[in-house]
Amino acid sequence: MKISARRVDKSTILDVSGNIDMSNSPEVRKALLREIREKGVTRVALNLTGVAYIDSSGVASLIEGLKASRETGSRFILFGLNDSAREVLKISRLLKLFEVYDDETQAMAS
Amino acid sequence: MNAIAMKQPQAMKNSSKLSRAFLLKLELRSHPTLLCVVRGALEPLMEMLGFSPEQNRAIIRAVDEAVSNIMRHSYHGRPNMPIEVYCNRVQRRANGETEQGVEILLFDCGPAVDTTKIQARPLDEIRPGGFGLHIIRGSMDSVQYKRAGRLNRLRLVKYARPSEGGCGSAEEKPS
Repeated sequence: MKISARRVDKSTILDVSGNIDMSNSPEVRKALLREIREKGVTRVALNLTGVAYIDSSGVASLIEGLKASRETGSRFILFGLNDSAREVLKISRLLKLFEVYDDETQAMAS
Repeated sequence: MNAIAMKQPQAMKNSSKLSRAFLLKLELRSHPTLLCVVRGALEPLMEMLGFSPEQNRAIIRAVDEAVSNIMRHSYHGRPNMPIEVYCNRVQRRANGETEQGVEILLFDCGPAVDTTKIQARPLDEIRPGGFGLHIIRGSMDSVQYKRAGRLNRLRLVKYARPSEGGCGSAEEKPS
């Protein structure tokens, strides 16, 4: 799995590629909390276009990002979810909890 | 005998003496980096058995979560403990029709699971963690835990709906 950050206007987009599972989900958590808590970015978008699989530990990292964004008053956005990622969020009844957009254009226009 | 088999506890060696011939048997160590190997092995098998892409994803999701749970809870993160995964065809009669499916058995040598403590947490609580069991139950038709001697055995079953075909020829029934 790879994570890279880029700035678009006042937002940070975290591009993730590969699979997110128990072996690497702490990296996702760390990257999210760095942007939200340490850097105080007002809008953080997680680009999951390149993510084929995400497990419950990955979902837990997303929840941590969501909680941190609520505590700091920032926005945490997901986009580019494939069927697998949507299904796991749906089963966990979390899909409606997140701001989810189809692609980067929609996410940045929101 | 390979290196893994040589290091395996006797209890798990005995678990291999199953009466049926299995479609697939995986022996792995409890290292999280091997989760992708399990997923990679199951995907083409489920495809071969005729499961739809959606069902295939559900099965892989459940097995991945089950193996993760073994690594995390049964072995407490120790990375060199044995895990075995067996896959086989099963079938059942439902509404006058025969449904074909897959049975997946997972074995580990961890301490017995206290089934009163493995309840999924309420989903209305927004906090990280505890989704694994929901995901397993929500993805499979049957989830059964059993202590088998000195082993933990988790049995997962998923049936393909008749209209969706699949699962190849009906050769075996569940034991």
